[in-house]
Amino acid sequence: MGVEVRVEGLTKSFGSQNIWSDVTLTLPPGEISVLLGPSGTGKSVFLKSLVGLLKPERGSIVIKDTDIVRTSEHRLYEVRKLFGVLFQDGALFGSMNLFDNIAFPLREHTRKSESDIRWIVLEKMDMVGLQGAEGKLPGEISGGMRKRAGLARALVLDPEIILFDEPDSGLDPVRVAYLNQLIVDLNAQIDATFLIVTHDIGTARTVPDNLGLLFRRHLAMFGPREQLLTSQEPVVRQFLNGRREGPIGMSEEKDVAQVEAEMAALEARGGDQHNGVGPKGASGGDAVPPQLEPSPGLPERQAQRRRQERVARMLHEFDPATAQAIRASLPEDLLAQADAGVFAPTPLAGGRHWAAESAPAGGAAVLPGPRGRS
Amino acid sequence: MTDGEKPKAPGLLDGKLSPLRPLRASGNLFAFALDVARSLPRRPFQFREFVQQTWFVASVTILPTALVAIPFGAVIALQLGSLTRQLGAESFTGSASVLAVLREASPIVTALLIAGAGGSAICADLGARKIRDEIDAMEVLGISPIQRLVVPRVLAAMVVATLLNGLVSVVGVAGGYFFNVVLQGGTPGAYLASFGALAQVEDFWSGEVKALVFGLIAGIVASYKGLNAGGGPKGVGDAVNQSVVITFLLLFAVNFVMTAVYFQLVPPKGQ
Ligand SMILES: Nc1ncnc2c1ncn2[C@@H]1O[C@H](COP(=O)(O)OP(=O)(O)OP(=O)(O)O)[C@@H](O)[C@H]1O
Ligand SMILES: [Mg+2]
Repeated sequence: MGVEVRVEGLTKSFGSQNIWSDVTLTLPPGEISVLLGPSGTGKSVFLKSLVGLLKPERGSIVIKDTDIVRTSEHRLYEVRKLFGVLFQDGALFGSMNLFDNIAFPLREHTRKSESDIRWIVLEKMDMVGLQGAEGKLPGEISGGMRKRAGLARALVLDPEIILFDEPDSGLDPVRVAYLNQLIVDLNAQIDATFLIVTHDIGTARTVPDNLGLLFRRHLAMFGPREQLLTSQEPVVRQFLNGRREGPIGMSEEKDVAQVEAEMAALEARGGDQHNGVGPKGASGGDAVPPQLEPSPGLPERQAQRRRQERVARMLHEFDPATAQAIRASLPEDLLAQADAGVFAPTPLAGGRHWAAESAPAGGAAVLPGPRGRS
Repeated sequence: MTDGEKPKAPGLLDGKLSPLRPLRASGNLFAFALDVARSLPRRPFQFREFVQQTWFVASVTILPTALVAIPFGAVIALQLGSLTRQLGAESFTGSASVLAVLREASPIVTALLIAGAGGSAICADLGARKIRDEIDAMEVLGISPIQRLVVPRVLAAMVVATLLNGLVSVVGVAGGYFFNVVLQGGTPGAYLASFGALAQVEDFWSGEVKALVFGLIAGIVASYKGLNAGGGPKGVGDAVNQSVVITFLLLFAVNFVMTAVYFQLVPPKGQ
């Protein structure tokens, strides 16, 4: 099963330039989470912090009882073996061909025979649609191919936590659709914890269990996908609808008067529902589209039931629209339990926004409330 | 968020004038050197990478070194040719030029080339990998870039530096002979006969030791700067530039110290 990643109060600066502060979130084990945010808000920096490549000044990142921020170099190398990371540009080794690139982790960390390695590498290359390109050098292939090769390399060691930095950038829409399906299928097969950074709203709406948005040096919101998809928060709505009207500007933040004027003009035109289609799969309104299912023939995602139990316990904490959307995704038995008041409301606890694994499922346990929006 | 921890806007001179900056920078460099030393005995030794890098550094330095060494030897020969004539010590021309080449010219030429050609190539290579996230990817795959990439490069720079020093010595002495005998009309016999009058074998070995240290410093500085490159292709350019300048400064300073120590340890001939 995937590994839980618990981030608390994380703050990162370069010199005097603060990138983000006080980021608190938990990636539930085995679930798929998507992190959104305007360019330059430090999403890549966040991913690099998770694998210990950058050291945040404050806060903690706990994975399997190890705090990545403060652990020893030696232990860090151990924990990193849990990770598969797809960097923004693939980060392939320029001096090796694709086959050697993908075989690299196997040759370094396993004692597999060369024929086993060959078999695994070819299988992964097939999976990402790169068959026949084994002998090519990274400099000789397109950006989209580099990305897929990077993905194949991230997958060869069967990681328990997989981080993607913009897996869809540089890919055509059909490839993105295949890639999204691949992500969901992978999740069903290996039950790893996924965190995807993306600018593709279509992906953000349909793939993840959880959604988060980084904005103005803070985590503006993080929670079950329904929470963001139905959110009335101006920033979230602007981002998910891919429009200019709203608090996010081209480079600087906008002043309040301008934002209000823009929003009024938008309302006059009929609001998001009538605003047509935005870029990158952004479509009008706050509908919650159905989540992508694993391909036929694959097992059900194990995280699915865990997540349903988790959000059922949190049901009372959301506003009506979100609760409505979540209820629509829950099976009968959990709904019945929730309505019977089995999941008793509890006061906010410790900044956690989802129930801990150890809480007895179905019991009237003391459950932590959601992280309040600050 | 309270007002107290409001993020400050980055200022132009942020900490750039702090007296601690040079201290911190040299501390980091030294810590990096220690990391390299610690990774040195770690297995498996990257033999392939070492051979490839030796070949690579040699290929970018040998030709320029030979081309620099010839005029260097010639200048020394010309200077000494006229100087010895003025002093009436023509019989020492050959010996003095060998001495000058072995003791000073070849370490200096080696330093220039190993920093300017070898170091810059290493720094550019590592810097390009750094900004393409290759280094990060390697660390995430649980492999130490220092053990994997830096150690073989530093060793390669050391090996090539000693070879270059030998090359400069030979080419410099040959160039001196050519200019003195062929162009200035010196007598071949006298030139060759005086070879051993002033110079001694220790001079050659001291040059080799210097070269070894130069290679070490050039390799470490170039790798350090390369691995810390940031900010896109321009960052790599800046890193290469800084690495060459820093290496030059360090090498000339170290050369002075080592020469001073040498004269304490090895008394000049005839005393
Ligand atoms: N090593 C570094 N040193 C100094 N500043 C850095 C470093 N890495 C990133 N930054 C700064 O951190 C900020 C966030 O960068 P980051 O690459 O994380 O953005 P991002 O959210 O991933 O953007 P995008 O969506 O365009 O990829 C930028 O302002 C960048 O200049
Ligand atoms: Mg990024």
